[in-house]
Amino acid sequence: MEGLFGILISGILTENFVLSKTFGICPFLGVSKKLSSSLGMGAAVIFVMLFATLLTHPIYTYLLVPNDAQYLKTIAFILIIALFVQLVEMFLKRFVPPLYKALGIYLPLITTNCAVLGVTVLNVDNEYSFAESICNALAGGIGFTLALLMFAGVRSRIDNDSVPESLRGVPITLIAASIVSLCFIGFSGI
Amino acid sequence: MSNFKEFTKGIIKENPVLVLLLGTCPTLALTTQVSNAIGMGLATTFVLVCSNLVISLLRKFIPDAVRLPCFIVIIAGFVTLVDFLLAGFAPWLYDALGVFLSLITVNCIVLGRAEMFACKNKPLPAVMDGLGMGTGFTLALVIMATIREILGSGSWLGLQIPFIEPIGIFTMSAGGFFTFGIVIALASKLSKKSPPKNMGCAGCPNAANCAGRLDAETDLKGCVE
Repeated sequence: MEGLFGILISGILTENFVLSKTFGICPFLGVSKKLSSSLGMGAAVIFVMLFATLLTHPIYTYLLVPNDAQYLKTIAFILIIALFVQLVEMFLKRFVPPLYKALGIYLPLITTNCAVLGVTVLNVDNEYSFAESICNALAGGIGFTLALLMFAGVRSRIDNDSVPESLRGVPITLIAASIVSLCFIGFSGI
Repeated sequence: MSNFKEFTKGIIKENPVLVLLLGTCPTLALTTQVSNAIGMGLATTFVLVCSNLVISLLRKFIPDAVRLPCFIVIIAGFVTLVDFLLAGFAPWLYDALGVFLSLITVNCIVLGRAEMFACKNKPLPAVMDGLGMGTGFTLALVIMATIREILGSGSWLGLQIPFIEPIGIFTMSAGGFFTFGIVIALASKLSKKSPPKNMGCAGCPNAANCAGRLDAETDLKGCVE
């Protein structure tokens, strides 16, 4: 039990997926302009990470390992993720339109979000059990959302500041991300 | 001659990292040491050249509607190949790159070039494009890694440099973000262009659906007004 809690805390705070392991930088910098879109993206990532792990972990343990085909994990995982995202999108569109409206535009983006493939590969590389994998995926998703929300807040302040011309746009955003990332280093002390 | 142009454009004018802002995750994660940066750069270049070649050869046979899954499977196949090669011949590099080796599959440089270039061009230009983009990627990684390794560990390619007090923060991800920001700012200052305003969505296959792009568009409208 303590192990699970440790994975959860380290994934969210001390080894935050975005700010410490630098996964999923594209959506982190691309979608963090507004709080509302950050929240939608975060929710979609938590959802997909959780279910991608639910699917890939059993497939790895019960299909690839017995057949000595661990090397197929990259191909298998990315296909499962792509398929799952597509199915969820179709399902939501058909049966839960309000949720589709809220999350729909973020879902297709997630296939190529390296945080999702990263979590599933890390889970099997670290030889996590099923419960540990789920915890890790949950932590990754929550950590991603937390970083995204915090950073959206920071960015809305930058917009109003006057910045030297060469630093305008992406460079100052990256420097702000570096400062937010510094804050998370503080958690390693716990 | 024109093939040579396809090669050179990726190095400076359309540098995938510093100008197009693609493949930022490995750029930030693997530039703590120059040796890792070179390894990652070469591995990505290999995948990029091979996938560009195969996709370009198959461009008339892949149906348009399912092209993305096809690209991803081809790319993932070559990533698995690199995985084997590195595990067999350079185990130290294999350990250093870790999970980011698998993540070449979703590196937007590889997918982006497949989508933007390889599926529309003949094999030879596609290979040259892959080589150029790969070289540009490697070059940008080495520049970043040089700054970070010298300042963060006081060494270069493992060689100790005297009189430099290491600043540990540069080896952390915070230093990576900072260095990346400064390098992009310098690159745009030197090329006398204004720095990119938004993330590089050009290569992203999902750009049409992306909320980030929606934000970018509203920004543009704001500029016009």
